[in-house]
Amino acid sequence: MQKFFKDKEHLVRMAALFAAGFVLFVVARAVLVPKGFGLYGHYRAGALADNKARPVVHAGRAICGDCHTDKRDELATGKHAGVGCEACHGPLARHAEDPSTLKPARPEPKTLCVRCHLANVAKPKKFPQIEPKAHYDGGDCHGCHASHVPNKEPTS
Amino acid sequence: MTSDRRDFLLTAGKLLIVTAPAAAYLEAAESGQAMEPAYKMADHYWGMIVDISKCIGCGNCVRADKAENNVPLEPFFFRTWVERYHVEGGWSEHPEVDSPNGGYDGFPEKYAAGDGAKSFFVPKLCNQCAHSPCTQVCPVGATFETPDGAVLVDKTYCLGCRYCIQACPYGCRYIHPATNTVDKCNLCYHRITKGLTTACCEACPTGARRLVDLKDPKDPVHELLRTHMVQILKPHMATGAKVYYNNLDGTVR
Repeated sequence: MQKFFKDKEHLVRMAALFAAGFVLFVVARAVLVPKGFGLYGHYRAGALADNKARPVVHAGRAICGDCHTDKRDELATGKHAGVGCEACHGPLARHAEDPSTLKPARPEPKTLCVRCHLANVAKPKKFPQIEPKAHYDGGDCHGCHASHVPNKEPTS
Repeated sequence: MTSDRRDFLLTAGKLLIVTAPAAAYLEAAESGQAMEPAYKMADHYWGMIVDISKCIGCGNCVRADKAENNVPLEPFFFRTWVERYHVEGGWSEHPEVDSPNGGYDGFPEKYAAGDGAKSFFVPKLCNQCAHSPCTQVCPVGATFETPDGAVLVDKTYCLGCRYCIQACPYGCRYIHPATNTVDKCNLCYHRITKGLTTACCEACPTGARRLVDLKDPKDPVHELLRTHMVQILKPHMATGAKVYYNNLDGTVR
């Protein structure tokens, strides 16, 4: 054995250095590369779960309709059938989870309706638009129109 | 031990009676576990359709998005926003574009009707590019394209170097002031993986924005792409954008 290593010590030292370097690399890589990195690509697979973990704020019209069946059926009959509940009533997932904790406020028609129906030259021409002052002179939208099933001609 | 054919058949029969329910039980237990992760990435490939001819610039999408995704309310932090184009004479190399507070408060009337110009709204958001420039430049792999077609950000891994903000040709990224990491539209990944649509699509009153699943053969997107003149933003940049615009004017940048 002694004879074998004679005149080869420099090679052994070099090999040991390489081996130590390799072990250091493997250990450092194991420590530094996060879990799941490279599972789907050059990124941490756990990041997908992180993105999914955000709480839902808008419940979605299907959930609303599960309880408010009357409003759901009413809405489906009119021009606003395609409008989601939370488009007007705001994000209400917390109300959907526990209706007792959050009572949604009734939207104010004067500000709500004009959000969409205020005349603007950039709006599509087909979309029904009004000039509030000329249209109702400060009156309440609900005086003539029902918001869930809007009628084009005012009811008296 | 001796056994004749009769003994053998009897034993085999008993064994069958015992094993069959056991196998059925095991199978049910296994399928029960398989039911747990209901969302399969391989079954989806997400994108969006934006119909310019339906957008009324109400800003519902901007408000819904800020509420859903905890975006700072100050201007200049947007995951989605709406632009108003005003094109003098119907065509211009440099159309007039404005987006007051990203459209969060709607668009106060600025132009007179019949001024000889063309006006329309263009909602914008992350285009969920299939070959996204932002992913290519990220030095640490903190932004990436998922197998189901969303471009996401790994907040725990982002350095905040802002390289991706410069790389995105659509200007869809910002640095979140609270975390000092990059943020952008992730197509409401927490919603679409639960079978819901995105917050902006949920809040859009006219159906101008629709989440689409390009891998779902029953999705109306396929019919729309076949029957309409559809465009993506900046097609010359070959980003593989998956937000398809219907009735998009050529002046839109």
